[in-house]
Amino acid sequence: MKYLHDIGEYFIMLKKVFGRMTKTSVLRGLIFKEIDDLIISSLGIVIFISFFIGGVVTIQTALNLNNPLIPKSLIAFTARQSIILEFSPTFISIIMAGKVGSNITSSIGTMRVMEQIDALEVMGINSANYLIFPKIIAMLFYPFVIAISMFVGIAGAYAAGVLGGFVAGEQFLNGLQNDFISFHLVYAFIKTFFFAIILATIPAYHGYYMKGGALEVGKASTTAFVWTSVVLILANYLLTQLLLS
Amino acid sequence: MIQVNNLHKSFGEEEILKGINTQFYQGKTNLIIGQSGAGKTVFLKCLLGLFEPTEGTIEYNGQAYSSLDAEKQRDLRQKMGMVFQGGALFDSMTIAENVMFPLKMFTKQKKGEMMNRVEEVLERVDLRNVNNKFPSEISGGMQKRVAIARAIVNKPEYLFCDEPNSGLDPKTAILIDNLIQEITKENDITTVINTHDMNSVLEIGENIVYLKNGNLAWNGSKDEIYKSEDESLTNFVYSSELFKKVRKAQLKGL
Repeated sequence: MKYLHDIGEYFIMLKKVFGRMTKTSVLRGLIFKEIDDLIISSLGIVIFISFFIGGVVTIQTALNLNNPLIPKSLIAFTARQSIILEFSPTFISIIMAGKVGSNITSSIGTMRVMEQIDALEVMGINSANYLIFPKIIAMLFYPFVIAISMFVGIAGAYAAGVLGGFVAGEQFLNGLQNDFISFHLVYAFIKTFFFAIILATIPAYHGYYMKGGALEVGKASTTAFVWTSVVLILANYLLTQLLLS
Repeated sequence: MIQVNNLHKSFGEEEILKGINTQFYQGKTNLIIGQSGAGKTVFLKCLLGLFEPTEGTIEYNGQAYSSLDAEKQRDLRQKMGMVFQGGALFDSMTIAENVMFPLKMFTKQKKGEMMNRVEEVLERVDLRNVNNKFPSEISGGMQKRVAIARAIVNKPEYLFCDEPNSGLDPKTAILIDNLIQEITKENDITTVINTHDMNSVLEIGENIVYLKNGNLAWNGSKDEIYKSEDESLTNFVYSSELFKKVRKAQLKGL
């Protein structure tokens, strides 16, 4: 019953988010601030992880290809497919559930504890729209983060594969272009769009409806991370089934 | 003026407010007092429109809040100012931005005009040279003043204060009480203060509503309170030895 109540409350919150709009000039400033907080500030960690995971995928693939009949270009093909289909959209989203999600839950939760959300409501402001709508709009730029992750991941794969001596540069570039299906990119970005909405709204829900004090803000952040990850994994499965099978 | 008619509020099976009828007068400092758990905060949140009454009505200058459509309820809320117990200032904004916030949200004033009004209200609450500071960089008493400045910046018709001097030293608490009373008179607004500070009751209580177990147990002014024969009220107001002596002196006409 509690889960049903929470799901219902989540959709009521979404309805409220898209209800009465905050003044456009104010909203514009909030959106730019959220783009900076949620998107720009995440680029560093995304680039770092993508580069090295791209490299690791390449090394592991190379070390497992012992058969001389299998072309070395398969290393690049495997890295490309892993990074575009799964690593960048899903793995990075799980990491972002920790980074961005905890930021959203704790910032909104602290405002709830400090009665700042009540203050907004008393002033006649739609607090859900004021606080959550800019985060959703900012997260619509999330596919750009994933695009950068894909590029850097493949660059990491190239660096590890070619500079590490596992595959020649030309073979790597050939493998990268072999059997490229452009719909795979479309699939990845459709997934990313849904993940962006999940990343913005589930942590926001846990912050917006939290009760208690400072300790509960921490607990709400942890719960938000767990539930965001669970929903991301389920959504990943469903979208893959719908789009690729 | 705010008229409260037969106000009931329940959460599940538990009835917190049990049919309150009272009035809060314009140009006066109206106080809600009562022990912890008496229903003061729930009553205040009903007055603010944050809680919907289970039964009964609250009228603002003759207009029942529940009879207004959403748009008009919003308009009415914009005529309300609220000073929260902890200040509820926005941590990420400077003092000037906090005070300017209601103007930015609800008026079409230019930044210069808004800044002039911010300076004016900050001056009114005796705060200078704090515009660019953040709430965490000023004292609790100053935060309360900023909260008052933010509450009055948009010239509200109703001012609500939840424990405005909790956590303050006695001298600052009296300054805050007097400031609220002066602002009430200057702007002829209806001020409702939720408190259990007896200094406030005896200092600025022009219309006191005493709640006990969710019922209105007594209603009157600070000048009438010491004459009251309601034992629970006198035990509550004059609970300390000092206040008992004050009452004896008041009864003797000293």
